[in-house]
Order: sequence, then C-alpha cells, then structure tokens
Amino acid sequence: MPKTEPTESPPALAEELVRLEEIVRKLEADDVELDAALVLFEEGIARLRAARERLVAAEVKVQAVLEEAGGDLRLTDLDA
Amino acid sequence: MTLSLPLNPPGAADQVWSVGQLNTAIKQLLDGSFPPIWVRGEVLQCKVWSSGHWYFTLREGRSQVRCCMFKLNASRAGKPPVDGTEVYVLARPGLYEEKGEFQLVVARMLPTSAVGQKQQELERVKALLHQDGLFDPLRKRAVPPYVSTIAVVTSPDGAALQDVVTVTRKRWPCARILLVGARVQGPGAVEDLVRALRVVNRIPGLDLCIVGRGGGARQDLAAFNSEPVCRALANVRVPTISAVGHEIDISLTDLVADHRAATPSAAAELAVANRRDVLRLVDDLSVRLASGLTGRTRLAAARLARSADRLQAGMEWVLESRRSLVERLAAQLDALSPLRVLGRGYAVPMDETGRVLKQRADFIRDASFRLRVADGDVRARVE
Repeated sequence: MPKTEPTESPPALAEELVRLEEIVRKLEADDVELDAALVLFEEGIARLRAARERLVAAEVKVQAVLEEAGGDLRLTDLDA
Repeated sequence: MTLSLPLNPPGAADQVWSVGQLNTAIKQLLDGSFPPIWVRGEVLQCKVWSSGHWYFTLREGRSQVRCCMFKLNASRAGKPPVDGTEVYVLARPGLYEEKGEFQLVVARMLPTSAVGQKQQELERVKALLHQDGLFDPLRKRAVPPYVSTIAVVTSPDGAALQDVVTVTRKRWPCARILLVGARVQGPGAVEDLVRALRVVNRIPGLDLCIVGRGGGARQDLAAFNSEPVCRALANVRVPTISAVGHEIDISLTDLVADHRAATPSAAAELAVANRRDVLRLVDDLSVRLASGLTGRTRLAAARLARSADRLQAGMEWVLESRRSLVERLAAQLDALSPLRVLGRGYAVPMDETGRVLKQRADFIRDASFRLRVADGDVRARVE
C-alpha cells in the first residue's frame, strides 16, 4: 500500500485565487507604476495558469490518517 | 317550479378519475412530501399477524392514526406494547393504496419511559455546554472559500465517507479527503471520536473538518450527544461541520460545530465550492487582469505624451528667449558702429596705415591720407 507523510500537502488553490484577486485589484487601481504593473501582470498570468491546471486536472485524493504506536501520523491511500 | 341542481353528468371536457388513479396520485403526493418523522402517542389494539407484521392505532386525545410495522422492524422493537403504552414512533406517512387508508409505516418504536432518562442526561450535558459558551454564535467560523484538505471523522465502514467523496468528486475534485476513522456508535464510540478529533488537530495544512455518520435511531446518536465528544469538537482548530445524518433530532455536536448539515452529502456541499463557478471566476479574473494592464499602459502612454509636450514647449521657450536676446544685442552693436555716423555725412580721416587722424598735428603738409565716407574711401592731400 503506498504511503506518504502527512506533511506532504498540495499547494493551496485558495492562496492562488486570493492572490489573483489582489493582483487584479491592484492593476485596476490608479496608483501602480507601469513597471510594477508589468511584474504584477506576469505573476497574475502564472497564477491563472496554475489555478486552471489545478482545477481542470485534479482528481479527489482519499487517504486514511493512521496514528502509529509511537504517536506519529501516517497517511495511507484509500480506493474510495 | 323546477330546481336546477349542479349535478349534471360530467361533460367531455371533465377528467374522470378511477379510484385506483386517485389512490395512486394521493400516495405519490404523500410519499414525496414527508421525510421520516417522530410521532408521539398511545398505542391501541396492537395486533401481531402471522406474517410477523404489527398493526395498531396510535392515539392522542381525540385524534388517531392507523399504523403498521413490518416484521423486520417489529422484531427489533421487542414485545408488542400493551394498550395505553405511550411511545415515540419514527414513521413515514403514507397511503395503503388498495384500501385508500391513510397510515403510518413505522420504522422504530421507543416507549417514552425509556427515553425519559436519556433525555434528562442530554439536557444536563446541554446545559453544561451552554454555560461554557460552546453554543455561542460568536464562536462560529466560516467555511473557507476554496478548501484543499478536508478531514472526515467517521466510521471507516459507514456510508458517510463515501457520500462526502462522491459529492466532492462531482463539485470540487481538487480537494484531498482524509479519513480519521472512529467508531460512531456503541461501546468505545465516545473514546474513539475524542481521539480522532485530537488527531485532526495534528494534521498539517488542514482547512476543514466534517464529523458525522449516516442516519440512525436516537440511541445510535448517543456518542454525538456526549460531553467529551462535544468538548473535543469545540477544540478543533479548523472550522467544523457536524453531519450526524438525522433529520429529526439535532445532536449536541450539531450545536457545537461551526455548521450543521442534515447528511454527510449536505456537509460536503457546504464544505466545497463548485468547480464550474470557480472556473468562471478564474475566467473573469483573467479578463480583468488583461484589461487592468491595458488600462495601466494607456495611462503611462498618456503621461509620456504629456511629458513630451511639456519638454518641447520648454525647449521652444528657451530658444525664443535666446533669439530675442541675440536680436537685442545685435541692435545695440549696430547703434554703436561708427559706420552708422558716416551715413549721416561725417567722414573719418586715416593715414596709409589706417590710423585715424584726430588732431591738427596728425596732418603733415603734402602728406596724402584717406577719407572714409559712407560708401568707401576718398584719397586726399594736406595743403
């Protein structure tokens, strides 16, 4: 059975989307210089691509959390 | 005098129902309208048929309703109750189609005397938790908008996990679901649930916790009404949803959790966004991002154009002021030029070397000299 450590977690899509909202709001405001706007735009494009890929390609991952004798947590994939 | 009675035979346009059609329609109406409900009343004339099914009347004051309880459920209820026994029944209202009789189809029956003691304990725990502020609306946390990781505290063998997975797979497939297994009923359930809820607090990167189980009778929910489980749930560090899967009773975990859902599927619907909506949001952000940059570029271009205009205007002013200075100086120079004096009829005497002869002594007899007049030189001699 494949095992993974509990510390391994996918990058949060929430952070990606929240940051994207922030970038768009900054670009829409009047007080951003062109240089800064270009940097924001590039970051926005990268995050948009990442968010789309994550949304479209993802499959629900189901795992069981098991507590080992020593108290450590271990994850086991489930075929749910 | 003849009376006109509104008893004309049905016309071609009137729909005529058969008894069977009517009963089927009423049955369908009833079946779709009621979830299973708890009803309280006194049992009358409980008859046990050879098939094992029970038929009885449930009465309360002047109202009564026919009930049937099928063999499997009746066998779980123990002995048939004697007349006058006060009970709760969990039942679904329906129609006995063949006879057109309204009836309750009873799934469970509990004497109210048995429930009384449990109810008292429930009220005691509820009062304690209330006193400690565990039901306080101010404690309630919102479900995060885009969850990545959800812990589900439930039985590994129950349907709750599968229900959560099914809904999540349909709506928000980018989520990760972590099962933290616990017995949810019977001996050891309270200890298991408390341990599982503590484990939840040790999972890194967790966004949300759903605790729950499928539907069941009142006694099956006992663990979710226990004080230790409620307190452990209140200590979970991420937002919680209690989904105990019972439409009749609310368990105490429902009151302690940040949110309550009637079923694990409903909990999943509450927990995760809909991917279609979020993709639409991403498209919208993409359009706004592009137009944001265009707007910014246009603004910068306009600013640049304004700067260029100002620069040009500045240069023109500098050139103009220099030009007028040069003209003024030229005019002054012109005024000072000796040639302008010659124009008025004066002449300047000069010797052969070009020295201006200013005094009598400069003029020597018989010496030749030149007179500079306005349009050239004239040769002359001193007498």
